[in-house]
Amino acid sequence: MKRAPGRERGFAQVARARLRWLVVGPPYLWLLLFFAAPFLIVLKISLAEAQIAMPPFTDLLRWSGEKLSLTLNLANYGFLLSDELYVSAYLNSLRIALNATLLCLLIAYPMAWVIARMPPGRRLVFLMLIILPSWTSFLIRIYAWIGILKNEGLLNEALLALGLIDAPLRILHSEAALYIGIVYAYLPFMLLPLYANLVKLDDRLLEAATDLGAKSHQVFVRVILPLSRSGILAGCMLVFIPAVGEFVIPELLGGAGNLMIGKVLWQEFFNNRDWPVASAVAIVMLLLLMVPIMLLHRYQARELEAR
Amino acid sequence: MSGRGGAALPRLMLWSGLIFLYAPMVILVVYSFNESRLVTVWGGFSTRWYRALVEDQQMMNAAWRSLQIAFFSATAATLLGTLAGIVMARWGRFRGRTLFSGLITAPLVMPDVIIGLSLLLLFVSLSRWIGWPETRGMLTIWIAHVTFCSAYVAVVISSRLRDFDRSLEEAAMDLGADRLRTFLWVTLPLIAPALIAGWLLAFTLSLDDLVIASFVSGPASTTLPMQVFSSVRLGVTPKINALATLLIALVGIAVLLAGWVLHREQQRARVARSASGD
Repeated sequence: MKRAPGRERGFAQVARARLRWLVVGPPYLWLLLFFAAPFLIVLKISLAEAQIAMPPFTDLLRWSGEKLSLTLNLANYGFLLSDELYVSAYLNSLRIALNATLLCLLIAYPMAWVIARMPPGRRLVFLMLIILPSWTSFLIRIYAWIGILKNEGLLNEALLALGLIDAPLRILHSEAALYIGIVYAYLPFMLLPLYANLVKLDDRLLEAATDLGAKSHQVFVRVILPLSRSGILAGCMLVFIPAVGEFVIPELLGGAGNLMIGKVLWQEFFNNRDWPVASAVAIVMLLLLMVPIMLLHRYQARELEAR
Repeated sequence: MSGRGGAALPRLMLWSGLIFLYAPMVILVVYSFNESRLVTVWGGFSTRWYRALVEDQQMMNAAWRSLQIAFFSATAATLLGTLAGIVMARWGRFRGRTLFSGLITAPLVMPDVIIGLSLLLLFVSLSRWIGWPETRGMLTIWIAHVTFCSAYVAVVISSRLRDFDRSLEEAAMDLGADRLRTFLWVTLPLIAPALIAGWLLAFTLSLDDLVIASFVSGPASTTLPMQVFSSVRLGVTPKINALATLLIALVGIAVLLAGWVLHREQQRARVARSASGD
């Protein structure tokens, strides 16, 4: 047995290569086929023309007589860029998502900090309390806010009863309702990476800074904040990117004055049945989100790197 | 131990944050027992909305369909996601790694409308080119859910694999087990809690998905979220409160069970550690 180590290794290597292929192959192929490839099709259809047929778009390549012709229709993109509605929906989405992300950060940071400073047993309980709501239906939790925020809803009734306001506030279908919805739904996504980062923070660094005469706000700005940068980045990306394309929250809590692009895409597809324009909306959204997705990807790759 | 963490303001923020997270759910639960249809009027205790919910045949059919899809999606996503998680956590560099980790990261944040639209267009194109899938329905929803759920499972599994003790695996290998056997008999049992957590996460994500399913479903495959959405769009219906309460109760029980199991395991680990004189 010891006489043919080379051959033995050869077999082992082939077997290992097969095993490796068996491990990485299925998820890789699945995601390539069902996640990556579809984007090419979206791109293709965004360059087609709408038609009343099934499927409701034209082919890019066409045989006419003996000529193969490729028609790329850029009109969908031109339409998006020239129409006030789409441009303002994009800008609105970016602005609302950005503000909501900052709000999430401001609320989640102190929460994550307090939890990270707790004794380990208690930390788990509080983390569980934070995550628990996201395990119940997202749709139903957003729906709950309708009952609270509407004109004759609980919040207005309470404020009226307390005498703080004379007439009900119009909160539902306003931008404030959007912020409440997004912060409510995405707070855990901000909090978890912040917590994961803050919990690793070495107490001795804080003590050193204090011993060297730093005041508490100086310790925060010059030691804690820079050290938790990667957690802040990850949390912000986890909130910002999906918030830009959010559909349920603007649909249920938003109004006509604060259209977001996810809802526009939905309406373009389901109400207008214009698949090429819906595809163009998606492609432009993807382009806008490319940089944030890359940032998150870099962070994630570092976090999950084999050690 | 409290030290700087004892600052009053952050603590106040924590508790207000928790109230913010839980108040809407508490309100749903309370009003699910309200006799009155109005949100702000308390008409007395009643279970009539639960009866109405159970008698709503469409809702029940949709719920059953969603549970089936969630079960099969979670199972397939756990398989694929575990493989992907192993690759992410344990393999060093290999060709195609950047693309692979991109394929894991992107579905986590990609807006649902984009995933839904792109998968629908894929299915439509495929059925024109190769005649499959013939119709859209539970199968296409299943494919869509497996796709995004496996990314979540991969993250759960790889972060578990990343911070666990490899000495047991090394011991098994030293004792002559090959990689496959080590994985099946040592690694897999050790990451079992993460597998269960990943499966449950995938199950709830699938059960919860409205947008992607709306794009890729066919006429006869309305899922529970789609059914809820269409009734919610028409206004507040107390039936949905009853449904929400049932879901919250279900999740609550599952989490209590999981917490109990986890707690017991920790206790056992602590005992084992102190016994080994660590």
